Amino acid sequence: MRGLGVWAVVLSLAMACADSARANPTLEDQVQRVASELRCLVCQNDTIAASQAPLAVDLRNQVRRMLAQGQSEAQVLEYMTQRYGDFVRYRPPLKPSTWPLWFLPAALLLIAALGWWRVTRAKPQPGKP
Amino acid sequence: MTRAPRRLGPWLALAGFALLCVALGVGLRLNPREVPSPLIGQPLPAFALPALGKPAAAVSSQAWRGQWWVLNVWASWCTPCAVEHPVLLQLAQSQRVTLVGLNYKDASPAAQQWLAQRGNPYHTVWHDVDGRVGLDLGVYGVPETYVIDPQGRVRHKHTGVVTPQWVQSTLLPLLEQRRG
Repeated sequence: MRGLGVWAVVLSLAMACADSARANPTLEDQVQRVASELRCLVCQNDTIAASQAPLAVDLRNQVRRMLAQGQSEAQVLEYMTQRYGDFVRYRPPLKPSTWPLWFLPAALLLIAALGWWRVTRAKPQPGKP
Repeated sequence: MTRAPRRLGPWLALAGFALLCVALGVGLRLNPREVPSPLIGQPLPAFALPALGKPAAAVSSQAWRGQWWVLNVWASWCTPCAVEHPVLLQLAQSQRVTLVGLNYKDASPAAQQWLAQRGNPYHTVWHDVDGRVGLDLGVYGVPETYVIDPQGRVRHKHTGVVTPQWVQSTLLPLLEQRRG
């Protein structure tokens, strides 16, 4: 329960720190959603939704501007990818150059499971000849 | 049962471990700040911006068509820019290539004073007050430097301080290509 309380405080702080421009709540929600899909290239492990770096503020404003102009979320993501590359996306598109990124963890897990299975199967049972 | 798998096992594990070491070793040497630009090989986005100190006249990004040129993104508030400035001055003095500046999110008086104090290596300096052109170029950290070929395509992007080594080992060989 205490953990939940801490998270509530963190969340409300984060929301309080968010941009002051909140004229249109649904647009702001959309901006937040798109912004949390985009990586801040200055502080690379933050999304541009979470970061207060000047570049993140600029990109967030650009996201807001484009959405306010009626462009779709996909169009905004495409716009950012054209300029900053796949790296800007927290969920990079599936294509040959990103195959290792998407499939390697599962492949490694599979190999490990296979190895584990072989080792445990080969082990002689204690008490049995 | 065969004994081969049991003898192979340790070697496979060792091979896996070695592979992991190599992968992690390579990963440690990569610079996460060097984000590959999707602009490489693509035409430089077309834009027109006023020159620094001359807000009336816009200069097009197509102005240097037909020659190699270097676009350097800088700002007076950018500390590393002061470090690379002497290198840029030297490059301009050598007359090997046209240097064009993009003054990024800077105040015009501060930028002009900066150039007056340190010398101006640029043929032209664009004044990108709100960073919109910087956004189109995918600028994410100043200084950044782009090498543009006579067809107007971006051939190289360098993030961070321009060093004499970069000029020698990357820029000049690129410029030599025009004769090849």
